[in-house]
Amino acid sequence: MALLTQWIPRWFNSIKLNSFITSTQLRNCFPRPGKTLLHEFSAQPRMSSDNFFLQWGFKTYRNSSIWNNSSQSTISIRQEINSAQNTMLPSMNEQSLKTQKIPNFDSELSLEGLDNVPPLSPLQPISEEEAVQITADPPLPPVSFTLRDYVDHSETLQKLVLLGVDLSKIEKHPDAANCLLRMDFENDIKQILLFLKDLGIEDNQLGPFLTKNYAIFSEDLKNLKTRVAYLQSKNFNKADITQMVRNAPFLLNFSVERLDNRLGFFQKELELSVKKIRDLVVRLPRLLTGSLEPVKENMKVYRLELGFKRNEIQHMITKIPKMLTINKRKLTETFDYVHNVMSIPHHVIVRFPQVFNTRLFKVKERHMFLTYLGRAQYDPAKPNYISLDKLVSMPDEVFCEEIAKTSVQDFEKFLKTL
Amino acid sequence: MQTPSPPRILRREPLPAEKHGGAPCKDSVWVTDRTALPSIRLYCWPRPPASGMGSAGLARLHGLFAAYKPPGLKWKHLRDIVELQLLKGLNAGKPPAPEQRVRFLLGPMEGREEKELTLTATSVPTLTDHLLVRGPAFTSLKIGVGHRLDAQASGVLVLGVGRGRSLLTDMYNAHLTKDYTVRGLLGKATDDFCEDGRLVEKTTYDHVTREKLDRILALIQGSHQKALVLYSNLDLQTQEAYEMAVTGLIRPMNKSPMLITGIRCLHFAPPEFLLEVQCMHETQKQLRRLVHEIGLELKTTAVCSQVRRTRDGFFTLDDALLRTQWDLHSIQDAIQAAAPRVAAELEKSLRPWLGPEQLPGSGQHRDSEGPSSALKGQAGGAVGG
Repeated sequence: MALLTQWIPRWFNSIKLNSFITSTQLRNCFPRPGKTLLHEFSAQPRMSSDNFFLQWGFKTYRNSSIWNNSSQSTISIRQEINSAQNTMLPSMNEQSLKTQKIPNFDSELSLEGLDNVPPLSPLQPISEEEAVQITADPPLPPVSFTLRDYVDHSETLQKLVLLGVDLSKIEKHPDAANCLLRMDFENDIKQILLFLKDLGIEDNQLGPFLTKNYAIFSEDLKNLKTRVAYLQSKNFNKADITQMVRNAPFLLNFSVERLDNRLGFFQKELELSVKKIRDLVVRLPRLLTGSLEPVKENMKVYRLELGFKRNEIQHMITKIPKMLTINKRKLTETFDYVHNVMSIPHHVIVRFPQVFNTRLFKVKERHMFLTYLGRAQYDPAKPNYISLDKLVSMPDEVFCEEIAKTSVQDFEKFLKTL
Repeated sequence: MQTPSPPRILRREPLPAEKHGGAPCKDSVWVTDRTALPSIRLYCWPRPPASGMGSAGLARLHGLFAAYKPPGLKWKHLRDIVELQLLKGLNAGKPPAPEQRVRFLLGPMEGREEKELTLTATSVPTLTDHLLVRGPAFTSLKIGVGHRLDAQASGVLVLGVGRGRSLLTDMYNAHLTKDYTVRGLLGKATDDFCEDGRLVEKTTYDHVTREKLDRILALIQGSHQKALVLYSNLDLQTQEAYEMAVTGLIRPMNKSPMLITGIRCLHFAPPEFLLEVQCMHETQKQLRRLVHEIGLELKTTAVCSQVRRTRDGFFTLDDALLRTQWDLHSIQDAIQAAAPRVAAELEKSLRPWLGPEQLPGSGQHRDSEGPSSALKGQAGGAVGG
């Protein structure tokens, strides 16, 4: 007999007891129709495999693998999953249904018999059928650094993987991984998933979203709905809210008060109209979830250090919202090169703020190439003018052919002389 | 689905693959699906079979290649960028087929009348080796850097991947020369010999002519030639040393200060001038100091505005990969293209000197210590360049 009790008390102490003692959790464990050893007293070996959750007194290995089997539930999400993985769950359910002869029923956990049952001796002879029904699989490790050890025994984790959630990233956060292990798919996770689907997030986007924001499972559904209602009251339409939540997964974890404060801050700081703020936030929702200090600093840098006027800053920011959160060092280096080396005045830079969104080495290389060719003309008034957006936004081939009017090989030869 | 004859009693035998070298035992439970071993070893996961694209890609990723380091980029960042790009390429392969594992499930025996429960071995899909559970297949690569370049210098930088890193050591021990183009600016002197350093002195340079510069460079080359012979521990009065000097460049095969084997002026347009320097055991800072000293010799001052390495041993500018080419396929092609040349050159450089005819039987053996009394010590000079 495989009575593996040594490590089990440790395993149990780490798990809250009440997470097991709920009637909804008493379903048949999915791939293990084998029975436990406890039922000699009940003398009903076939019927007792259902009660394997109940016999706490013995705390066998079977009990430790109490993962929930919601084999009857079919969520519409599953249909979206690609066919290779689609066969997995249904086939496993088939097998479990095929091999289980015992009807599924929910039974109430009874704690009365716990102290009365005498311990079982391992040397007691048992019948052939009972021996066959002993499952001697290797035990689950009580502690592990990875979720790989548990994924085959947990319905929740399997469903998450099939949704596209990257468990290898979540297991780097041990608290989150522990939380997910103890969660029930039917109760907690399903509701949040349905809520996200209502919000408009597609099935194939749920995976990356949940990988980033696994903490949403611990949020209250009511709070999430309140926050969505708040955003709608601020005249964000449904598609906008979907886009915002997709691009900034942590948005709905922020309380209404915090969201309100952030929107108010941007309105005050940028002094733009409500509609423009709304567009800005929809395009870059991480403004609401990120820190506000870099934004404050960047606004000061634009005004004081770089010397842009208020309306110029507003124009640049509405065109490229990312400029609010750009790194200060990169910003000053780029501006220094564009303004001092390339001699481009402020009003021309304001018309093409994309130059702040590109890597500095690209700007430098292309400018030096044009200087070498004698085509570095950035003054709109003069002929052969090259605009800044054409300088930075085009890929190499198009840049070489149209702007520099040479071949890519010449550009590469020039790069090797720098 | 493979179903071996179902056992009546489970016995934990060691896996027959380990015990009998592959032949299954008759009376014990065995696992037919070898790739999905039941996890007896819980804490050491068997290495997942590398997916076709990844492992084939990794197999071609051993050797040396050269990258062109642009100015302003630290060599360490370049190495990290190359590593990230290679990992991206290797992890982009097709994901492997879904794995299976064997489980023994309780069920009625098929075909029997009585309702007897027996264990049947069934292959069940498993998610333990799924990409989203295991993570990416490749998380780090071993990449080494050859002779380094500092942040402001640019040029050919040799990198070694995987087994090529030992070739980097061989390249270092071959003590090959390197080519640089050094651009200087007359009239200024700064504290770190660079154009953007703190200004120390400003001078006039009208008196400087091309002839004066060439004379200075010839002086430098001559003095370094003497140093070359000195550091290569050769007595020039011997026949071997004469033969070596006749066939090729004598150079030290151990540590020495910076030695210039050749220097000449390519372009002179005051205040700018362009030098080509062939040297060994150098650092870029010493080359900038050289420009400063040339200025002093010319009775003016000079700073260095550009140091660019055009050749490192046998890797030239043509072999160097630009930033847009730092991806898996280009690097693999570059390694393959350079491999025969690398092997030939290293073998030639590290092979002991065998006389002017380069045959084992003829001439006097260079590496024999006994007969040649003129040889001082083991670390002697060598031919090559």
